[in-house]
Amino acid sequence: MKKVFKLEDLDCANCAAKMERAINDMEEVNSASVNFMTQKLTIDIADDKFDATMKKVEKAMQKVEPDCSIVW
Amino acid sequence: MTKKQKKALRKIIAGGVVFAAALLVGHFTEAPWYVNLALGIIAMCIVGLDIFWKAVKNLGKGQMLDENFLMTLAAVGAFFIGDYTEGVAVMLFYQIGELFQSCAVAKSRRSIAELMDIRPDSANVLRDGEFVCVDPYEVKVEDVILVKPGEKIPLDGIVIEGKSSMDTSPLTGESLPRNIKEGEEALSGCVNLSGAIQVRVTKEFGESTVSKILDLVENASEKKSKSENFITKFARYYTPIVVGLAVVLAVIPPLILQEGIWEWVHRALIFLVISCPCALVISIPLSFFGGIGGASSKGVLIKGSNYLETLARAEIVVMDKTGTLTKGTFEVTHIFPEKCSREELLKLCVYGEYYSQHPIAQSLKKAYGTMTGIDANGIDTAGLKDVEEISGHGVRAILDGAEILVGNDKWMRQFQIAYVPVKQAGTVVYVAKNKEYMGSILISDELKADAVQAIADMKQWGIKRLVMLTGDQKEAGEQIAGKLGIDEVYTQLLPKDKVEQVERLLNEKSKDGMVVFVGDGINDAPVLSRADVGIAMGGLGSDAAIEAADVVIMHDEPSKIPQAILICRKTLSIVRQNIVFALGVKIVFLIMGAFGVANMWEAVFADVGVSVIAILNAMRALR
Repeated sequence: MKKVFKLEDLDCANCAAKMERAINDMEEVNSASVNFMTQKLTIDIADDKFDATMKKVEKAMQKVEPDCSIVW
Repeated sequence: MTKKQKKALRKIIAGGVVFAAALLVGHFTEAPWYVNLALGIIAMCIVGLDIFWKAVKNLGKGQMLDENFLMTLAAVGAFFIGDYTEGVAVMLFYQIGELFQSCAVAKSRRSIAELMDIRPDSANVLRDGEFVCVDPYEVKVEDVILVKPGEKIPLDGIVIEGKSSMDTSPLTGESLPRNIKEGEEALSGCVNLSGAIQVRVTKEFGESTVSKILDLVENASEKKSKSENFITKFARYYTPIVVGLAVVLAVIPPLILQEGIWEWVHRALIFLVISCPCALVISIPLSFFGGIGGASSKGVLIKGSNYLETLARAEIVVMDKTGTLTKGTFEVTHIFPEKCSREELLKLCVYGEYYSQHPIAQSLKKAYGTMTGIDANGIDTAGLKDVEEISGHGVRAILDGAEILVGNDKWMRQFQIAYVPVKQAGTVVYVAKNKEYMGSILISDELKADAVQAIADMKQWGIKRLVMLTGDQKEAGEQIAGKLGIDEVYTQLLPKDKVEQVERLLNEKSKDGMVVFVGDGINDAPVLSRADVGIAMGGLGSDAAIEAADVVIMHDEPSKIPQAILICRKTLSIVRQNIVFALGVKIVFLIMGAFGVANMWEAVFADVGVSVIAILNAMRALR
C-alpha cells in the first residue's frame, strides 16, 4: 500500500536525504521518498506490515532529526 | 514566522546581547579574565545549548558526522584553544544562518504553494432542496452543486442550468475565458466568471482535474534529476572527506613543521565549520521545484525534475501535424462547383455520405447544416438506394434514379471521370453524377494561430532540427510544412512508422542532445514514450494525454513548446550557478582555512551566506 504522510519540523535538506536513505534500507519498505520541499513522506509498504513498519520509520527519522515528526 | 523560528530569534538576540557585553567588557574595562570567560560561556549556552544537546543525543544514536556535532566540536574546540570569542561567534552566526535559511525556505515554499493555489476549499451541494456548503471530498458523483460567479469550480461536471464563462487560466495559463452553457463540461480548478451555474458532478474530488494536476505537480519533484542525484551522492561523501582532511590538518603539519599544534587545530576547526553540504542539498531541489511550479502557472505541467533536465537539452523537436500544429478539426474550407450550384454539390455529397461515420462525412454534414439550416441527418432518404462504400476510395449510390459518385481522385479515375484535380492541401472530395463531373469540395485542417511563431521561436533559440510527421499525402504535408517553415517533413506515416522515425532520430542525435516528441497524446502514446521527452498538447480534460506524456501542455497552443524549453533551460542554468557558486565558495574557504587566512566566524558566515544566496537564486526559477 502506498501512502503519503505530512511531516512536521523537517528543517534540513541533508537530513531529508539521510532519512530517505535510512528508510529505503529497511527490508519491509518497498520504496520511500522524503520530499523536503513539500514536507511529505511517500512510502510503499506491504499491507500486513504497514503499521508496525511505520513505527520503525518514525524512529529512523527521529534518529536523524529528533524534532521531526509524522502527522498522522 | 513559526513558533520555532520565533524561539530561535529570541535565543539569538539574548545570546547576541550577552556576547556583545562580553566583547565590550574585554575591550574597555580592566575586568579580570574570568569575568570575560564567564560571559562567553553564558552567551555560548544561550545560543548553543540545544545544539550541544542534539549533538549528544545523536551521538548516542550513532549519527557521527551530523551537523550539530560538527558545530559543537568547532565551537567547543575554539574555547579550548583559548579563542572563546570565536567559539561564541561561530555558534551565533550558525544560528542566525539557520534562521535565515529556514525563513527563506518557508517563504519560497509559500510562494510556490500560492502559485499552485487552485485547490477549491468548499462546494455548495444540493441536499434536501437546499444548497449547503461542504468539503469537496464529501460531494459524490451525480450530486448537484451550485457555483456562484467568482468562485472556483470545485469538481468536474456537466452544467445543467445557467450559462457563464470560465477562466481556465489557473490550469492553462490561457487568459481568454471559455464560455460554458447547459450540457457542457465544467472543469474543476477553473474560476466561474459571469453567471451562477448548477453542475451535475461527474467525478469525485480525488479524480477531478484539479486534484490530478496538483498531485502531478507535487509528485514531480520525486522523480529526481541527474543533478539532484549527483548532489545527494556528493553530500554523502563530502562531509566525511572534509572531516578527514581536518584531522589530517590538525596532526600532520605540526609533526612535520615542528610547530605548535594549536594554530593547526584552529585551522582544522574551520574545516569542520564548512563541512555541512546544506547549501547544495537545499538549493538544487528548490530550483527544480521552482521551475516546475513556474511552468505549471503558465499551463505547462512537467511530470518530474528529470524531464525538466532533459527538455532543457532538446536538440531535435519532432512534431505530429494533426492536433499539434493544426487544429485537428476538419472543416469544409472551399467548394468548387463545375456544373451545379454550391448547395447542390454539397447536397449530393451529404446524400452520398449519408450512412458514413467518417470524420470527413461528419464535416460535410456540418457544412450542409450551416449553409442551408437543414439538419443533414434528418434529410429525406426515400430516393436514396444501393449505397456502396469502398473504404479508402469513396461511395457509389443511386439518388432519385441518378448514379452519384463521391470520393477521392482514385475513385474518379476508377470510373474514368474527367475531374479537375485540386492542388491545395487538405482532403478533396470529388463528386460526379451520371458519370458527369460536378465539382469538388476541399476539407482541410487549419493551422493553429501561433504555430508559425512557435516554429520561428524554436529555430531562434537554437533547436537544431525541427521535424514534422504526418499521415497526410506528400504534397499536402509538404505544403503545410512550407507554410510553417519546417524543413524536415515525413509524410504518409502510419502510427508504427512514427515510432520508427523517432527511433531513427534517436540514433542520429548528438551525445548530449535530446529528442522531443510533441503530439496530441490520443493515439501517439507509443511515440510519446519512445522519445526522450514526450509532450502532449491540449491535456485539459484528457486523462489519457496526462497519463502518457512526460510533459503536458494544458492549452493546445504550440507556442508553449518553446516557452517550456526556455523555462527548463533557465531552471537548469540556475541549478548550475548554484552548484558552482556553493562549491566554489566552500573550496575557497577550505583553501583559505588551510593557509590560516580565514577565521572561523568568517567561514560560518560564508557557509550560511551561500545557502541563503543560493535559495534566493533558486526562487528566480519561479518566474
